[in-house]
Amino acid sequence: MRELWNIFKKGIIEENPIFVLALSLCPALAVTSSVINSLTMGLAVMFVITVNNCIVSITRKIVNPKVRVPVYITSVATIVTVVQLVLQAYLPALNKALGIYLALIVVFAIILARAEVFASKNKVGPSFFDGLGMGFGFLLGLLLLGTIRELLGAGTFFGIKVIGSWYNPALIMVLSPGAFILIGYIVAGFKILIKHSEKVKLERGEI
Amino acid sequence: MGHYLTLLASNVIVNNFVLTRFLGLCIFFGVSKSLNASIGIGMAVTSVMTLSSMMAWLVYHFVLEPFHLTFLTTVVFVLLIASFVQLLEMIIKKYAPTLYNMWGIYLLLIATNCIVFSVPLINVQNNYSFLESTVSAVGAGLGFMLAIVLMASLREKLRLADVPKSLEGLGVAFILAGMLALAFLGFSGMIPV
Repeated sequence: MRELWNIFKKGIIEENPIFVLALSLCPALAVTSSVINSLTMGLAVMFVITVNNCIVSITRKIVNPKVRVPVYITSVATIVTVVQLVLQAYLPALNKALGIYLALIVVFAIILARAEVFASKNKVGPSFFDGLGMGFGFLLGLLLLGTIRELLGAGTFFGIKVIGSWYNPALIMVLSPGAFILIGYIVAGFKILIKHSEKVKLERGEI
Repeated sequence: MGHYLTLLASNVIVNNFVLTRFLGLCIFFGVSKSLNASIGIGMAVTSVMTLSSMMAWLVYHFVLEPFHLTFLTTVVFVLLIASFVQLLEMIIKKYAPTLYNMWGIYLLLIATNCIVFSVPLINVQNNYSFLESTVSAVGAGLGFMLAIVLMASLREKLRLADVPKSLEGLGVAFILAGMLALAFLGFSGMIPV
């Protein structure tokens, strides 16, 4: 149980897909102009990565290693199509807001990377938690970006005004330059955080 | 003619795929450390994107649409592009080894990349004609090349600069890209698209 928890946990900070591994940045910047978009995208990615990890793990003994990458891609593309169709049917407004980036989940490096590095070598249980953890880390990253950008850029949270009218929204945060600059500082913050926690561990003599 | 030029300019400058649409960021940050490499990958992306969006257009309009299979677009396009890039790599390796040595390694990098994959999708979404989608793909490729060459030259200069330790590497690269995006924002509204 503890092992599974550790697998789940490492995706959140130590190997956070966005800020530490710097994988799949396109959606992290493109859809985070509001919290609701970030949430939907994060959940979609979390779903795709977890299901795909399970499928890859279940079929790992049947699939010939020579054709594994095309198989992974087909599997991811199928799951993404399912997500697309569901969103189209039940949440058309969100589907429109995410637009092309939803289809782009197919080519997210993080999903293929987890399939290749983890799920193709492990049993279903650990693969499931690995996908869940990585997806959750991704979701948290998106939410962090989305919250900061929406708060500073529009003064709202989930579309509800939270900062009084004295605040003049900094439009740049919702536009592209704000996204780049913000993620630059968050990456730096994560670097400091990880270095600090390593130092603490070293002092305690855990490493 | 004017219409195509507008489309080209809009994709290169106003709606730059990297800096305003956030596509192809992985290679944008990964390869922009040296100027030579960035020119190589710019060429590779432009040519692959043009060829693959032409093929995607043909497949979409002659296979997917007549048979009402448009819901399979995502699956078909990603497989089409990935296999096409593999094939291209083999052909270039066999018939043009010099070219392969120059930018063969980048081909694999872009086999499943969001910028290459997104252009055919955008073309389909906008209902472009064959010529329009080819022009838009060329524009997207040139825009990518412009952005990555600018970025690479900035990062080469940056090596001599004194950057705070925690911002080193990726952090400062992001902020730099933000500044570039800010500059490109100045073009917005220039062409009504």
